[in-house]
Amino acid sequence: MKIKVTDREGNKHELEGDTNSTLMEVLRDANLDIEAACGGCCACATCHVYIKDEWLDKISGKDDDEESMLDQAFDVKHSSRLSCQISLSEDLDGIELELAPE
Amino acid sequence: MIEKTDVIVIGAGPVGLFAIFELGLLNISCHVIDNLDKPGGQCAELYPEKPIYDIPSRVKITGQQLTDDLLAQAKPFNPVYHLNQQVEKITKLEINEWIVETSNNKKLQAKCIVIAAGAGSFVPRKIPIENLDNLDGKKILYAVRNKSLLENKKILIVGGGDSALDWTNELSKIADVTLMHRRKEFRAAPDSVSKMLELENDKKINFLLGQIDNIEESKNDKLKVIVKNNEEKIDLEVDYLLPFFGLKMELGPIANWGLNLDENLIKVDTEKFETSVSSIFAIGDINAYPGKLKLILSGFHEAALMAQQCFKYCYPDKKNVFRYTTSSKDLHKKLNS
Repeated sequence: MKIKVTDREGNKHELEGDTNSTLMEVLRDANLDIEAACGGCCACATCHVYIKDEWLDKISGKDDDEESMLDQAFDVKHSSRLSCQISLSEDLDGIELELAPE
Repeated sequence: MIEKTDVIVIGAGPVGLFAIFELGLLNISCHVIDNLDKPGGQCAELYPEKPIYDIPSRVKITGQQLTDDLLAQAKPFNPVYHLNQQVEKITKLEINEWIVETSNNKKLQAKCIVIAAGAGSFVPRKIPIENLDNLDGKKILYAVRNKSLLENKKILIVGGGDSALDWTNELSKIADVTLMHRRKEFRAAPDSVSKMLELENDKKINFLLGQIDNIEESKNDKLKVIVKNNEEKIDLEVDYLLPFFGLKMELGPIANWGLNLDENLIKVDTEKFETSVSSIFAIGDINAYPGKLKLILSGFHEAALMAQQCFKYCYPDKKNVFRYTTSSKDLHKKLNS
C-alpha cells in the first residue's frame, strides 16, 4: 500500500506502508521529520499530521485521548490527527497527508 | 559551596533511578539532577497512567507506579535529588574528578558522571512561527518566573492543560487575563476548570475560542496576536503572551561536552557503557551501540554493568567481590534498616 506525504518544506514523498503498522511508524521509519516523542502511546502531540479531506471518513474517528492530546499541537484543523493513532489497512491505500508544523 | 559525592546521575527517569540502586549495592553514593520538578522522567511526565507490559515480573505497571517503586528501591542508599535544574557545564579537575554546574548555580563534585537523560531534558514547546526569538522571554513567556512583571498587564494565555488553567486562575488576581483554547473542553484538573469557568462567569477573565495564526510586534511595546477561529481572524493587542503547548525533549548542553555522538545519541561501549570520555557513562535511551533497543529493561542492564566500572573509579584500591543480593549480609543490613 502507498502513503503520500507532503513534508513541511512542501516536498512530496511516496512511502510503502504495511497493514501491521501505524501511520506514525511508517513516517518515522522513512526518516521523515516527525518526533513521535512518546513512541506511539498517545501521550504527546509530536506526530501531528493533516489528512487530506477525502480520506478522513475512511479512518476511524478520534477518541477522547487523542482529542485531548491535540490540545498540545499547534494549528489544529478539522483534518488534524495524531498519526500514531491511525492503524493502516488496505482501504487506506493511497492515503494523502501533510506533516503539521512543529 | 561545592557538594561532594561519588557519582552524579543526570536524569531521574527509570534508568537513572535504577542506577542509584545498582551503584548503592557497591557502596557508591549518588546525587541526581533532573530538569523536571519530579523524578520519573518520561514515565511520570508523559504517561503516568499508561500501562507498561515489559518490565520483568511486572505483568502490568503504570509509569507512575514504576517510578514510585524505583524511588522506594533506591531510597536506602540516600540519594540526593536536585530537581528543576539542568546541567549546564562540566569541568574535569586535575585529580580526575568532575565539577558539574547546574542552571541553579549549584556545583557538585564527583568521580564519575552517569548520563541517563533519555531523549534529553523536557523544555516548553515553542510556537512554530519563525522570527520570534527576539520576543522569547520578553513578550512571549513559556514559564512565569516573576509574577510582579505581569501586574495590571493585558495577558493572553493559550492552552487547555494544567499550566494554562492554573496560570489563568492565579494571574486573574493581578492582571487582565484572556484564556484562549481551540475548544471549550480542557485537559486540566476538573477543579481548575470549574474555577476558571466561575471566573469567566463573574467576568474576572475572558475566554476566547481560537488558535494563534501569527504574531507581530506592535507599537508601544505591545504584541499583536492574530487569532483565528475557523476562517475568522481577529487581532488581539496584549502586553504578554503565555503559550502552554506542553513539553518537548531536547539534548541541550550535553551536546557540547566533547562526547562522541551519533546524531542525538551518545556512543558507548557495551562492556562498561562508558562514553568516549573516561569516567563519563551513558545509559538508557540516550546511548547508542550496535543492537541497541530503547527499552527500560535494556537501561536496567546497562546500569548494572556501568556500576561495575564506576566501582573501579571510586575505589581504585579495593577489589569488588561479586555478591548476590539474596545472600549478602551487608546488603540486608542496608536494605532493611
